[in-house]
Amino acid sequence: MSTDDRIVRVASGQGFWGDWLDAPRRQVEGGPVDYLMLDYLAEVTMSILQKQKERDPRMGYARDFIGAIESVMPAITGRGVKVVANAGGVNPPACADAVLEAAKRLGAAGQVKVGVVTGDDLLPRLDDLLAQGHELRNMDTGEPLATIRDRVMSANAYIGSEPIVEALRQGANVVVTGRSTDTALTMAPLRFEFGWAADDWNALAAGIIAGHIIECGAQCSGGNCLYDWRNIPDLADVGYPIVDVRRDGTFVVTKHPGTGGRVSVPSVTEQLVYEMADPKAYITPDVIADFTSIHLAPDGEDRVRVYGIRGAPPTDKLKVSIAYRAGFKAVGTLVYAWPDALEKAQLADRVLRERLDRAGLRFDEILTEFVGANATHGPLTGPVDPPEVQFRIGVRSASRGDVERFTREIAPLVLNGPPSVTGFAGGRPKVEELVAYWPALVDKGVVTPVVEVRA
Amino acid sequence: MKVRLVDIAHARSGDKGDTANVGVIAFRPEWYPMLARELTLDRVATHFRGMITGGVERYELPNLNALNFLLHGALGGGGTLSLKTDAQGKVFSTALLRLVLDIPDDEARALGLPEAPE
Repeated sequence: MSTDDRIVRVASGQGFWGDWLDAPRRQVEGGPVDYLMLDYLAEVTMSILQKQKERDPRMGYARDFIGAIESVMPAITGRGVKVVANAGGVNPPACADAVLEAAKRLGAAGQVKVGVVTGDDLLPRLDDLLAQGHELRNMDTGEPLATIRDRVMSANAYIGSEPIVEALRQGANVVVTGRSTDTALTMAPLRFEFGWAADDWNALAAGIIAGHIIECGAQCSGGNCLYDWRNIPDLADVGYPIVDVRRDGTFVVTKHPGTGGRVSVPSVTEQLVYEMADPKAYITPDVIADFTSIHLAPDGEDRVRVYGIRGAPPTDKLKVSIAYRAGFKAVGTLVYAWPDALEKAQLADRVLRERLDRAGLRFDEILTEFVGANATHGPLTGPVDPPEVQFRIGVRSASRGDVERFTREIAPLVLNGPPSVTGFAGGRPKVEELVAYWPALVDKGVVTPVVEVRA
Repeated sequence: MKVRLVDIAHARSGDKGDTANVGVIAFRPEWYPMLARELTLDRVATHFRGMITGGVERYELPNLNALNFLLHGALGGGGTLSLKTDAQGKVFSTALLRLVLDIPDDEARALGLPEAPE
């Protein structure tokens, strides 16, 4: 028949920076794929990368990505697999250069063309934008950015599929972006392959939902799956997800044969509701996807068919992810053993808090949890008599000194507090600088993505 | 008849800022209408009283036999600011599954719902 029967396979090989190092290679070696999609950026990742770039201007991207590219280079050069990743962080050009160097090292110079997508970084333009009246108010609290302007570390607009499509059009076989939406990494190659129009809302929404399903790696193929978890086979060898997509936007979620894990209607449904807000309005720069239109059907072993997806035109705004310095925190722990483990831990908490008070320390927040008794389900947990309880106490303050002093107050409890205490081998807690997240919106017209292809 | 949510549904949760979302999914499509009727906004807000500082929003996804709840003020400031073990709301899912429903005996039998252990 016609090209309408063509299937494009996008494989997910990384659900976050720190995900399984073997996954990208396993995805290209386990069977045929057309595109490998790698998602590296969480909300606060950009600020960490910004710090690295300030120390060294050649840094500021997800360095794990270079190892991933090396591991899949034979598939890129030998079988034409293309890679799309938001590994560029706050420095996509440096990331692209590192990819080209890796290609050279592996004897593949000239066979790799890297598409570089920039334009999402608003940090250098922030004062101009504020001066022009873009207030970048916090979406949750309504406060204008001016209240924390002097503490801002990074500011990036979430950009959509268009520049990735353009990079592929210009012949790139590896595309690195900065703060693209996670879902655009999957949708863009589909839009490129099938030529979906910019107003083909249903097809674009289908591509976005395919992206949402696979953007967290194995979390849709048996990982972190509550449904029937005992019987999910061979998680040690878990297969990462793949979408087989058709021009009409229908697709099948699956994984390579012979791998562990499970792709089922329940496993895919769990991922669909992950981090969901209003299901009728999943807003992206390209399209608004309607999760209440999604239909799932079993389609054989480890195959789920997805169809019926509807979309609507997007808004005229882009989301902006801003990270800013927000003080310091530290968390300390000790373990108390039976009998009366919880009571001993509770006494330790009272003793410690009294000492912190007497030392005149100021904290914005002190939080105590008793792990084993109430840490995750709070008051919903009934009475317990566990063999041990971890006393876990954290503090947060604008004053590094006060948090430092707090870290010195945990260990003394071992000898001068309640009995049957252990688990202090880790030593003093570390003081961490806090980076907080400020979500905002900006007019679309303000952000101009730039595409360059390097070889 | 007492029916434990954990015996008739599965769930996954995640975070957006200081808000946790819990998606809860009926094990069987024929159980979804009962679930949608019983798991009201008030019921869930009462369940999480003392664990969250903000309000609750509720959305229906009959196509997935699922409900989605947004729990505001659930994460001690959220993301990096939070001092909580579950700073990203990953296990609010199973906290919701602690809920126990009271279903009329006739309906529970007709639907084949498992009875809560004593």
